[in-house]
Amino acid sequence: MRKTNHMATVYTHIRSNKFKSIVMVVLTMIFALGVGAIFAYAADYGPIAIVLAAVIGVPMTLTGYFAGDKIALAVNGAKQVQRETNRDLYNVVENIAITAGLPTPKIYIIPDEAPNAFATGRDPRRASIALTAGLLRSLDQQELEGVVAHELAHIGDYDTRYMTIVAVMTGLIVLMSEYFLRFSWITGGGRRRSSNDSGNAQGIIFLIGIAIAILAPIVATLTRLAISRRREALADAKGAEITRQPERLADALLKISRYDRPARFANAATSPLYFADVSKLKGSSFLSRILADHPPVEERVNNLYRMAGLKSPLES
Amino acid sequence: MLTLWIILGIVILVALFAIAVYNRLIGLRNQVRDAWSGIDVQLKRRYNLIPNMVETVKGYAKQESSVLENVTKARNMAVAAKTPAEHGKAENMLTDTLKSLFAVAEAYPDLKSDQNFLDLQRELSMTEDKIQAARRFYNGTVRDYNTKLEVFPNNLLAGTFRFKKEEFFQIEGTEEEIKEQKAVPDVKF
Repeated sequence: MRKTNHMATVYTHIRSNKFKSIVMVVLTMIFALGVGAIFAYAADYGPIAIVLAAVIGVPMTLTGYFAGDKIALAVNGAKQVQRETNRDLYNVVENIAITAGLPTPKIYIIPDEAPNAFATGRDPRRASIALTAGLLRSLDQQELEGVVAHELAHIGDYDTRYMTIVAVMTGLIVLMSEYFLRFSWITGGGRRRSSNDSGNAQGIIFLIGIAIAILAPIVATLTRLAISRRREALADAKGAEITRQPERLADALLKISRYDRPARFANAATSPLYFADVSKLKGSSFLSRILADHPPVEERVNNLYRMAGLKSPLES
Repeated sequence: MLTLWIILGIVILVALFAIAVYNRLIGLRNQVRDAWSGIDVQLKRRYNLIPNMVETVKGYAKQESSVLENVTKARNMAVAAKTPAEHGKAENMLTDTLKSLFAVAEAYPDLKSDQNFLDLQRELSMTEDKIQAARRFYNGTVRDYNTKLEVFPNNLLAGTFRFKKEEFFQIEGTEEEIKEQKAVPDVKF
């Protein structure tokens, strides 16, 4: 349970997210190097494995950090809009950015009828927000303001940087583990068996390595999803504090969740980016909850209506 | 000997705490100033639009000189305002005079359909929206700073280092919002 006593300005949460980004990178690097080291030791593969870990990990992290936003916008087919051609949209975003005390982000439109939106960029000065054409068509102005404020809350809190790093790091852990498991089949069978104690120790460490390689990606993925759900809930709350109209954001969420045709660009790979869950995991069973990157729509809507001091249309 | 160490320890702790509070207050005060410059940008924009507006109206309605003069006077007062409170008052007056200007414009169909006039009117209302947006952010930073300043034991330190409370920027129709800032919604997760 967490309580926010006042309307937060952008300055809250930022430091904690920046710090957590660094912790995340350090932990993952330790993990990657550790896997490399175990591999090197257990499979007589030599230091080459550690070098391999670095060769894969470092460029991947740097690419994610410096080009993550461009990649996200490109794979979603987003087109940048200008003030002159989209005056109204530009004005909405600009006003909310001013209210949140942030520079106006670059604005993109995704040619997709499924209503949704996402924000990206490693800091507020280099941030972009992308809205689908379907979103612009289906929401009224106040609902749109709610969604834009939610996205700007992500930008202001450095969620965009944090979540990009978390996604890259999770990917890296999955990749490293997979390499370990794959190579362990090859080298595990054919490696030199020495009959002394060091051979036994080698075997045990090798088994531990396999156990870690199996568990780590699962733990990392579940952690990423948990972080994502929490950041979404916080962005809802902060977005609502920016517009002071939580119920309008809730209405936008309801409209979006009722759209039932498949999205063109939003898929499992890009889902964590988006304002609303794009997967078809509905319901609130334990499994579907921990495998979702957003809190259930019902929960988000109910929380927002509670913030507004109104009765949620979903509560009977 | 031991007591000496304990006293020394306490002194160091207090000093560290004071440094932390001092730096935090400086940081918050700079945020307030930064937020004010955000308002200032929009206010200046508004002041720059008004002479054009006056000229445009003059072209169609010379006889309304008193209304036009009032607008110009109110604008000059607003430009001269220094503190947020002064600005608040001056902006309210300016808004009132502009309202009467637009009311007068109603009587001149040619003016009302003048493209320049319409553009300026839209620009003005957009700028007013932005002033409102900037004001809300500014007042948020002022509230954070003032709270930090007033809580115990920061207030002792704030007095020593001459930190002063900052003024809110209040303009028309904002009393409701000030109340709102006090009765804030609970956020639970």
